[in-house]
Amino acid sequence: MLPLAGLLIRAPWTTLPQRLTEPGVLAALRLSLLTATLATVVCLLLGVPLAWLLARARFPGRRLVRALVTVPLVLPPVVGGVALLLVFGRRGLVGGWLDATFGFSLPFTTTGVVVAEAFVAMPFLVISVEGALRGADPRFEEAAATLGASRWTAFRRVTLPLIGPGVAAGAVLCWARALGEFGATITFAGNFPGRTQTMPLAVYLALEQDLDAAIVLSLVLLVVSVVILAGLRDRWLGTS
Amino acid sequence: MSLDARLVVRRDGFTLDAVLRAEAGEVVALLGPNGAGKTTALRALAGLVPLDDGHIELDGERLDDPAGKLFTAPEHRHIGVVFQDYLLFPHLSAVENVAFGPRCRGVPRARARADAAELLGRVGLAEHTGKKPRQLSGGQAQRVALARALATGPRLLLLDEPLAALDARTRLDTRAHLRGHLAGHAGPTVLVTHDPLDAMMLADRLVILEHGRVVQTGDAAAITSRPRTDYVARLVGLNLYRGRADGELVRITDDFALTTATPQHGDVFVAFPPAAVALYAARPDGSPRNTWRATVAAVSRHGDALRIELTGAVTVAADVTPAAAVQLGLEPGREVWASLKATEATSYPA
Repeated sequence: MLPLAGLLIRAPWTTLPQRLTEPGVLAALRLSLLTATLATVVCLLLGVPLAWLLARARFPGRRLVRALVTVPLVLPPVVGGVALLLVFGRRGLVGGWLDATFGFSLPFTTTGVVVAEAFVAMPFLVISVEGALRGADPRFEEAAATLGASRWTAFRRVTLPLIGPGVAAGAVLCWARALGEFGATITFAGNFPGRTQTMPLAVYLALEQDLDAAIVLSLVLLVVSVVILAGLRDRWLGTS
Repeated sequence: MSLDARLVVRRDGFTLDAVLRAEAGEVVALLGPNGAGKTTALRALAGLVPLDDGHIELDGERLDDPAGKLFTAPEHRHIGVVFQDYLLFPHLSAVENVAFGPRCRGVPRARARADAAELLGRVGLAEHTGKKPRQLSGGQAQRVALARALATGPRLLLLDEPLAALDARTRLDTRAHLRGHLAGHAGPTVLVTHDPLDAMMLADRLVILEHGRVVQTGDAAAITSRPRTDYVARLVGLNLYRGRADGELVRITDDFALTTATPQHGDVFVAFPPAAVALYAARPDGSPRNTWRATVAAVSRHGDALRIELTGAVTVAADVTPAAAVQLGLEPGREVWASLKATEATSYPA
């Protein structure tokens, strides 16, 4: 709580309204919210099936895959960014092929920001969803199967609603982590205002020039995330 | 419609190997102690456990045949299952639970819901269609589970301990209700239970399973009068012995023989009810042929009577009235004379 108090005490309250309306602030905020949300969607699309595989399927190397999923948690985000560059960069393993075939390049684009954030935030979602799946009784899926449901139907209509709170909690964590992402983003996507400059990057940049501006940006990031997280929590987790 | 199956499932230290047949409209009860493999057999029929050997054939169609690498996924079997704890989907209302199966088979939503509501009406739950499973009582949940299994028009109906989760009072009502619905199901029904009363009330034929093997099959009358294992004898409340018959005399141990009313030859079972055993303080006069000395090992209540466990030449259970027990001073350690009328003991080939 103390660092938060520090921010609040040092905030330049008198010049706050005019600083807030600076175009750079709004652009960075919009980009942050957009990329964090997209990254969460990407994590949901990839992470939920992955969590299902880890929790339900038996395949060789499952323990290794589970360990690999948690690697972004312990990896310094900057290293993650470098790794992403090595894979998706213009001369990277996949990036070179993407560039040659589609003329499409990820690094230093808004899509690159989403990829970097998704990479770092994915473990939060996978771990939450896998935990929820392990807590859910797999016999409900069996009951659905005897009623004629395919695995996909059973998952969509029975398992997913049952683990809904777990998925929601994972998504909220994932979104929060993506919103605060800094290291991997600046390494992989750079720091271009309006395109790849998210709030944390803007804060870092402002810090070198104008401490007050950095504080204002931090406050905005803080307020927005608290409001959204509190709102989602009540709506998704409070009622179930 | 008929079921023809040989179920072989191997687990660590346990093998299920049971032949199971059921005709259209027939209700077969799989009865056995805990760990006998009843639920495994049911899960194998439903396709939730793969067979290691044997086969499952329904209406002449092979569903499973491990030797021929044939396995039909549960969702393609058209087999309805009522699970022991029902497994109603907690996030769906009663009517949505019942409509789930038809929806999976492509019935349009409105039709499926209307049919489900009608089916729930038929099981007496017209007022509860919108309730979630946690708002239903045990008996109501059981009916929803039955309706859900029947909604898909299954070729085979499987019930796993359908009444085990209910209290005694609900059990009576639900049993009668269930009996009516099983009679209305056109295909074969296999139900699993460890309760002999449920099995006898609900099923046309009983299959007794012990240690993964079928030890006896038959209708309730045959099972209750001619048990073939100690487990079945205990279930139906009879004393059971194995011996060698030579006419009416059956030698059970080297120094103990019983005279029965039914002449046999060779290996036989002898069965008689505990109430047929009379106890005396002294050797009875004009003694019937089956008289022996015994020692009281235990006394317990059994309905209106007292059940006396006796040791001696053979262990035997006897039922006496409380008055007789007081008069004889029956308590563990007391020595008595036991006698059995030959006409009460039946023998049949082993």
